[in-house]
Amino acid sequence: MIERNSPVTEDELHVHVDGELPADRRESVEAWLATHPEDAARVAAWRAQADAIRARYDDVAKEPVPARLKLDHIMRRGRSWTAIAAAATVAAFMVGGIAGWMARGASTVAPSAFETFTAEALEAYKLYVVEVRHPVEVPGAEQAHLVQWLSKRLNYQLRAPDLDPIGLKLVGGRLLPGPTGPAAFFMYEGPSGERFTLYCGATSAPQTAMRYHGEKQAAAFYWVDRELAYVMSGPADREQLLTVAQRTYDQIETRAPGG
Amino acid sequence: MSSFRQGIEAAIPALRRYARALTRDVETADDLVQDTLVRAWGSQHLFHEGNVRSWLYTILTNLNRNRLRSLARRPTLIPFEDDDAPYTAGSEAGGRDIERALALLVEEQRSTLLLVVLEGLSYREIAEVQGVPIGTVMSRLARARAQIKNYLDGERPALRRVK
Repeated sequence: MIERNSPVTEDELHVHVDGELPADRRESVEAWLATHPEDAARVAAWRAQADAIRARYDDVAKEPVPARLKLDHIMRRGRSWTAIAAAATVAAFMVGGIAGWMARGASTVAPSAFETFTAEALEAYKLYVVEVRHPVEVPGAEQAHLVQWLSKRLNYQLRAPDLDPIGLKLVGGRLLPGPTGPAAFFMYEGPSGERFTLYCGATSAPQTAMRYHGEKQAAAFYWVDRELAYVMSGPADREQLLTVAQRTYDQIETRAPGG
Repeated sequence: MSSFRQGIEAAIPALRRYARALTRDVETADDLVQDTLVRAWGSQHLFHEGNVRSWLYTILTNLNRNRLRSLARRPTLIPFEDDDAPYTAGSEAGGRDIERALALLVEEQRSTLLLVVLEGLSYREIAEVQGVPIGTVMSRLARARAQIKNYLDGERPALRRVK
C-alpha cells in the first residue's frame, strides 16, 4: 500500500505541473499538497505562470508563416554563401573547432587570391583605422561623389552599403593600390568608435562563400561576387564581424544587375 | 530527404512561437528562425537520426545564446532589444507582467521554462537540446519558476494569498 504522506520531492512538484506523474505517486503528491499550503501555493503559482505564458504566446504558432521563412525561400538563398557558411558553423557546433569551420568553407577560389586580398585589406585596415584626423580621403558626407569616383577608377558600378541599421555610419573612403589594380576602400564607424572597413577589387576568381581570417587584433571576411572581391575587416570578434559582413552582402546583393 | 523537409516545415510555426517568447520582438524572433532554418537546411548531411524538432530547437537556442553574448560585448553597436519588451506586450496587465518576468530571467532559465511550458518538451529532450544533465534542467526550471514567482509577487502584493 502506498504511504499517503510519503515525502514528496521538489522535482515531483514540477513533474506534477508539467507532465504525468507515475500513478503510484499521484495520490502521494496530491495528499502532500493538501497538507502543505506553501508548496500548494508554489505549485498554483507555477501553473498560473505556465497559463500566462501560453495565453501570451500560443497564438504565434497559428500566425501565417512569413514569406522569408518558407522553405522555398530558404532553399533559394541556400545557393549563396549564407548556407555554406552557415552549414560550416553548424559543423563547428557539432564537430568543434575552427579547423572544421575553415575546412567546410566550400570555396573554389585559388588560395592566393584569398590570401592576397585579405592581406592587403587588413594592412589597409590597420593603417587607417588608427587615424583620427585623416582616416579617409573623401568623407561620408560626400558619399555620391565618393562612390562615383571609385566606380570610375575600378570601372565597376560600386555601392557603399548602408549599415545605419546596425549602428555604423560611413566615415568615408579612399582609393588604394590593390593586387589586381585599383581598390576601393570604405570605412564605417560605430557610436563607440569601433571601425570596420570594406575593401574591394576586381578579380577573375569565381564566386565564393565567405572565408574568415583572424589575427590577434583584427579579422576579416572575404568573398567574391560578380567579379569583385570584397574584404570586410574589423576587430577580432567573429560573430560581430559576420553580422556586419552579412549586412554588407545583403545590401550589395540588392543592387540592380549591370549597375 | 523529403521527410526531413516535412519535419522542418512542420516545425516552423512552433519555432516562431519559441523564438518570439525568447526574444519578445517579432523581427528579432523571425531573424533567429530564418538563421536556424538556413543552418538546418545547409546541414542536412550532418543530421543523421533522431528528432528533427529537437535538433532545430538546439540550433535556435545556441544562436540566441550567441546573439546575446555579442550584444553583451557590444551593447552600443546594436540596440539592445530587451528595452522594447514591455511595449510590445498585449494590452492586458497580465500579459505585460509575464513578458517582463521572462525578460528578467537568465537566458538558460528562460529557455528551459519556455521549452517546458510553451513547447511541451520533456525534461530529457531539453537536456539534449541544452547539452546538460537532466539535474541541471530541473534546477534551471526551479530557479526560473521561483524568480518569476518572486517578481510577480512583488508586483502585486495584494493578490498574494496562502490557501
